[in-house]
Amino acid sequence: MSNTILHKADTRGHADHGWLSSWQSFSFAGYYNPDRVQFGMLRVLNDDKVAGGKGFGAHPHDNMEIISIPLSGSLVHEDNLGNKKVVSAGEVQVMSTGKGVFHSEYNNSPTDAAEFLQIWVFPNRLNVTPRYDQIQLDRSSEHNALQMVISPYPGVKEPLDGRKHKDKGTWIYQEAWFHLGTFDAGRDIQYDLKRTGNGVYLFVIDGNFLLDGHRLQTRDGIGITGTDTLNIKAAEQDSRILIIEVPMENKIL
Amino acid sequence: MGSTTLNILAVGRDKDILAVVERLINSHDGWAASTATSENEAEQVFKTRPFPIVLVGAGFSAQEEEALRQRLKALDPSVTVIRHYGGGSGLLENEILGILQQRK
Repeated sequence: MSNTILHKADTRGHADHGWLSSWQSFSFAGYYNPDRVQFGMLRVLNDDKVAGGKGFGAHPHDNMEIISIPLSGSLVHEDNLGNKKVVSAGEVQVMSTGKGVFHSEYNNSPTDAAEFLQIWVFPNRLNVTPRYDQIQLDRSSEHNALQMVISPYPGVKEPLDGRKHKDKGTWIYQEAWFHLGTFDAGRDIQYDLKRTGNGVYLFVIDGNFLLDGHRLQTRDGIGITGTDTLNIKAAEQDSRILIIEVPMENKIL
Repeated sequence: MGSTTLNILAVGRDKDILAVVERLINSHDGWAASTATSENEAEQVFKTRPFPIVLVGAGFSAQEEEALRQRLKALDPSVTVIRHYGGGSGLLENEILGILQQRK
């Protein structure tokens, strides 16, 4: 029997710093809700809008897998590993912060706002050498399909442990899979979990979906555990969803 | 500092990150940070005054964290020792608030 936890968009935490508007699905910074600390190994899902010319100055992280998905505009990333990159809508950025990294993220436009999802996942290895990666997405591959953008073992020639799927996208230090998809109205979507015991957090980027009697609208989130398969229906044209599958308990390797 | 000051000991191997953690904790009203970069230094600092909360950060393995927890709990069984994830990020305040909630 599955369990669900619904996070409607307007019940998220919100911080308005002038240059930054941040909607927080889970407790973060000054927003603390003991009922919304994490979903399994998913700890942070911030829906951020950064004003033109502004951004996050140099600051540290350690032992966290940080995934950024720009939704509009672009950010300039710089870190003490020597990386200076621009990450734009249509790309995905990953940092395995491991034993420690300092970085900054600024809006690449002096005038236009940039929107991005900032997602943090607890790692299954501590104190790894920090790593940076970003990948370009093929938006046509997610039309009426789920495109795998994060997985533990991309590039491995054969599926591991008898899995039926093959990992793709970029990777993080966790048994987690991220998928993006954009769907026509009325499309049915089946998502098969990749690992027994994992849970899935669905976040509606745009549009409208139906799942288990719930109508999920733009920026709503829902966590589901205790199931192997999800059946979702797109209820509006060009509805876009992010599916995050994570372990519900951590096993440090 | 008043009698209601909450002393927090932050332990980690990376001095630059620890400095940020220390600054962020001290910027919070009523919280005061001390830092240590090794198990022995942590124990020495821990003996100087009551620390209800100890945060263990970058560079410490899970085994080292557990060993430190045992050493500090032997000195004060009421101490809460947790892993601080994120390195002085937006989780820092949250982790401390979470501990305070649990200790109520």
